[in-house]
Amino acid sequence: MTQADTRPRHTELGLSDDDVLGMYRAMLLARAVDERMWLMQRAGKIAFIISGQGHEGAQVGCSWAMRPGVDWMAPYYRSIAAAMTFGMSAEDIITAHLAKSDDVSSGGRQMPGHYGGARYNIVSLSSPVGTQVLHAVGIAMGAWVRGDDVVAMTQFGEGTSNQGEIHEAMNFAGVHRLPVIFVCENNGYAISVPLDRQVAGGSVAARAAGYGMPGVVVDGGDVLGCYAAAREAHERARRGEGPSLIEARVVRLTSHSSDDDQRRYREAAEVEALKERDPIPKFAIELRSAGVLTDEREEAIRAEVKAEVNEASKRAEARPEPTADDAHERVYAEPIPGGGTAVPHAALTEAEGH
Amino acid sequence: MAELNILEAIRAGMDEEMARDDAVMILGEDVGKKGGVFGATEGLWAKYGDRRVLDTPLTEGMIAGAAMGAAVYGLRPIAEMQFADFVYPAFNQIVSEISRIHYRSNGTFTVPMVIRMPYGGGVHGALYHSQSNEVYFTSTVGLKVVAPGTPADAKGLLKAAIRDPDPVMFFEHKKTYRLFKAEVPDGDTVVPIGRASVARPGKHLSIFCYGFMRICALEAAETLAREDGVEAEVVDLRTLRPLDLDTVLGSVAKTGKALVVHEANRFGGFGAEVAAEISERAFESLDGPVTRLAGPDVPGVPYHHTLENWYMIGPTRIVDAARQLAAY
Repeated sequence: MTQADTRPRHTELGLSDDDVLGMYRAMLLARAVDERMWLMQRAGKIAFIISGQGHEGAQVGCSWAMRPGVDWMAPYYRSIAAAMTFGMSAEDIITAHLAKSDDVSSGGRQMPGHYGGARYNIVSLSSPVGTQVLHAVGIAMGAWVRGDDVVAMTQFGEGTSNQGEIHEAMNFAGVHRLPVIFVCENNGYAISVPLDRQVAGGSVAARAAGYGMPGVVVDGGDVLGCYAAAREAHERARRGEGPSLIEARVVRLTSHSSDDDQRRYREAAEVEALKERDPIPKFAIELRSAGVLTDEREEAIRAEVKAEVNEASKRAEARPEPTADDAHERVYAEPIPGGGTAVPHAALTEAEGH
Repeated sequence: MAELNILEAIRAGMDEEMARDDAVMILGEDVGKKGGVFGATEGLWAKYGDRRVLDTPLTEGMIAGAAMGAAVYGLRPIAEMQFADFVYPAFNQIVSEISRIHYRSNGTFTVPMVIRMPYGGGVHGALYHSQSNEVYFTSTVGLKVVAPGTPADAKGLLKAAIRDPDPVMFFEHKKTYRLFKAEVPDGDTVVPIGRASVARPGKHLSIFCYGFMRICALEAAETLAREDGVEAEVVDLRTLRPLDLDTVLGSVAKTGKALVVHEANRFGGFGAEVAAEISERAFESLDGPVTRLAGPDVPGVPYHHTLENWYMIGPTRIVDAARQLAAY
């Protein structure tokens, strides 16, 4: 056995011990924020939750290959860990879910789970699924037109992979070899409809061949495997060799959303078995066997995460609520004076003396 | 001053803006080497290269969605829909995304982009090459909607649209592309979005129109003056959203009678909004019913010339409608 073979896997991938501990911490933090928001939902503080639990390995692994502040991301509604890896703080996320007036994503305008932040190069997300994938391709096109060294990443579920816009996006990116990474987080269910009723042939990655790009399947519970695939895709994009499709097989540990109960369509044993594929304990085992994670470190990280979530929740809850006056602002980039379409009803009726 | 037709004016507007700002790019079907199916982008591919004048696959959703991504990134894309009739695959991107991202992101994202679309009938284009579908977009908050009727306005408004921080739907009536030439000011002349123009002053009634209807209304006004002694004021709205209510209401205050003309079908058409605004805000000035002259309520412009002529609005029908209103 050569010396190289005995080196830990993360070292082989060029990641330091601090990097992998940072990845582990990012996963724990995303999970803790996610869990806290479910509690807030149950307590009536948040109307609706859509979760990323079980997707953290794929999200942290893939987005760790990106360069925050340089690259761009067009996420989807489960992208909590990806958005946090890209720069959103626990406080940003909780503030957005509480719909406070200074929420960086939307100022309280969007439902929970609609990530975004101009300051983080994270495109504001809407609710029709799949639209964001074209935005990532458009960003990649913009970088390609300008000759900028920028890569766009976009995430979506396997249910969304059936939208026509996904085909349009991948085909166009393939035609021009645009610097974009498509990450399909395949958790096996589109709300209640399983993969075999959604994806003919059972593989999203296989579709890549039709677009002239590499498509790989990775285990979403294998954080470093996800990172390796994304890093390769990132390097390829930067070399001008075009897009890549990564299909990460993940587990959805929660129901689709707080308005869903997956016990209605999944067997209890199936749901129970999902826990064994939870990426967090799997990564912990890997880091322990690599000698990076110790009991002491684990305890310290978990304490940090807990404190951060507590502090973030406290600060987020103390933030100001939006006021109704704010709801008619920022319809257009420049307010339209009288006679336009953005004039608030109140102002009109007042002006007319009604 | 140069004498240009509307197509040449549009091309000149894009050319000048691309020369002025390297963030401006064009994308669409056949816009490159071919120069567009109507020739609007002719010569630009050779001048600016195949990245800034980009031929796309036949996917309107992608054209709009990728344009939005590029606009978010900092470019100023001009997306061409080959025909307004084919915009519907892009409807999700335009309505769910392009019109809403500024609002939904609390103003932190803007999408400075233009979607150019040839619209309108009278060219034997039948149901799917003749549509006037502006109302889907005028009823979408977050979009601006422009429909010029002269070469000078086409160029000046397109330049304004390209520079505008908000998404602009730019409707070009395809029958007007080569219909006539008119003087276009040289140099960097921008026509502001949101301002109507009085194409012909008058005192007996107001005709509100846009696009191809402008030249039809002007011809009708000449007939009315010559044969009836009726002086019709022709107001070219030019921008449909935001609507220049000051000019509209000012004209009604002067004439007391309003005829709103458009080629799109009548029910729920843009004319309904103009008529409602006039009825609500200028009731005291009115000396006759606010009247709409619009395309018939059939699903599209039919192909055979007899059928198409039955659909289309022209000077004769405007004269008839105006006579009835003037006599009220």
